[in-house]
Amino acid sequence: MTDILSPLPGTFYQRPAPEEPPYQTKGAKVAVGDTIGLVEVMKTFIPVTAETEGVFEGYEAEDASPVTAGAVLAKLG
Amino acid sequence: MTLEILKPGLATTVQDLGRPGYFHLGIPEGGAMDRLAMRAANLLVGNDEGAAGLEAVFMGPEIKFGAEMSVAVTGAEMPMTLDGEPRTAWTAFTVKPGQVLSFGFLKEGARIYIAVSGGIDTKPALGSRSTYAIGALGGVEGRAVMAGDVLPVGQAMIVPEGRCVPAQLRRPLEYPVKLRVLPGLYWHRLTEKSQTAFFEDDWVVAPEADRMGYRFRGGQPMEFVDRPQPFGAGSDPSNIVDGCYSYGSIQVPGGLEPIVLHRDAVSGGGYFTLGTVISADMDLIGQLQPNTQIKFVEVTMAEALDARAHRKEMLHEIRRVLS
Repeated sequence: MTDILSPLPGTFYQRPAPEEPPYQTKGAKVAVGDTIGLVEVMKTFIPVTAETEGVFEGYEAEDASPVTAGAVLAKLG
Repeated sequence: MTLEILKPGLATTVQDLGRPGYFHLGIPEGGAMDRLAMRAANLLVGNDEGAAGLEAVFMGPEIKFGAEMSVAVTGAEMPMTLDGEPRTAWTAFTVKPGQVLSFGFLKEGARIYIAVSGGIDTKPALGSRSTYAIGALGGVEGRAVMAGDVLPVGQAMIVPEGRCVPAQLRRPLEYPVKLRVLPGLYWHRLTEKSQTAFFEDDWVVAPEADRMGYRFRGGQPMEFVDRPQPFGAGSDPSNIVDGCYSYGSIQVPGGLEPIVLHRDAVSGGGYFTLGTVISADMDLIGQLQPNTQIKFVEVTMAEALDARAHRKEMLHEIRRVLS
């Protein structure tokens, strides 16, 4: 299991836009560099990407929720 | 002498203490959001307090040094390593050519200040090296640093390693963070109920907060005293005939979310400003993360001046310790 951590504090989004599906779904294969979600801060959306490959286990942080730097956003198996 | 930016962080900029004197022309003072931390970082490495360093918000940059120099990092709490070896904040250390400084996750506060002996020696604009990104002024081509930027560093002596600012002079954050406010010119525009609610409500830092202004949400919408809007003021009761803004003034567009104007703010406009965060607490705002709980606390002019004097004493003490 690998935790995907938030690089900075802000608001976490699981999806690129409110009407779009989440970036990842449980069981999906994730490659290095794949986007997991977005963190919004200072009017900027920062993509959070996977640093290792694996199988997506699920989101730990809720959509549109406040997160701190280092918070666990999702898990890879 | 130079240093190279390997990774820029989020919005890392060259900052000094700013460019006062042009606000009436619409050019903000700019400069470090946490001035005490910037001054302390410079003093630690033997610089003038007004030398330029790097301000990094929420995420640290990765820096490769091109020469031997003294380095100090102050402000927010963010673990750091030099070639993988931990280094301590608020303490001077020496780097050798080719060594790389990196940062871990932000733990507390919002902005770190990285000073190098000799200071960052980019070309001043209107008397300051501070980056005012919206005006494309100062710093590196008027923008935040990017990977691959090589920044000039002034020539200076190496200072002894281990020079340090004692913990009691670092002003830690206490939650909820209290921001002291002097009610101002347009305070009378709010109903008594809204005046009371402003100081009683719990506010949190909105994620949009940046160098221009810190926005807060969570409190009740404000109610205004009825009046016929003066000519040129627009129809919303939070509008005024355009006036001057000051550093620290609090505008509330639509009466909804207070915005405290900070170092890169506009100098005037048509929103009423209910008061001003006192100068002694402006550094604290520079260290607030999104979603931090705060309270606005009403003070008098006498209390504001006392607080300012207290901040000055703290700075004198830092100067004394590091002299």
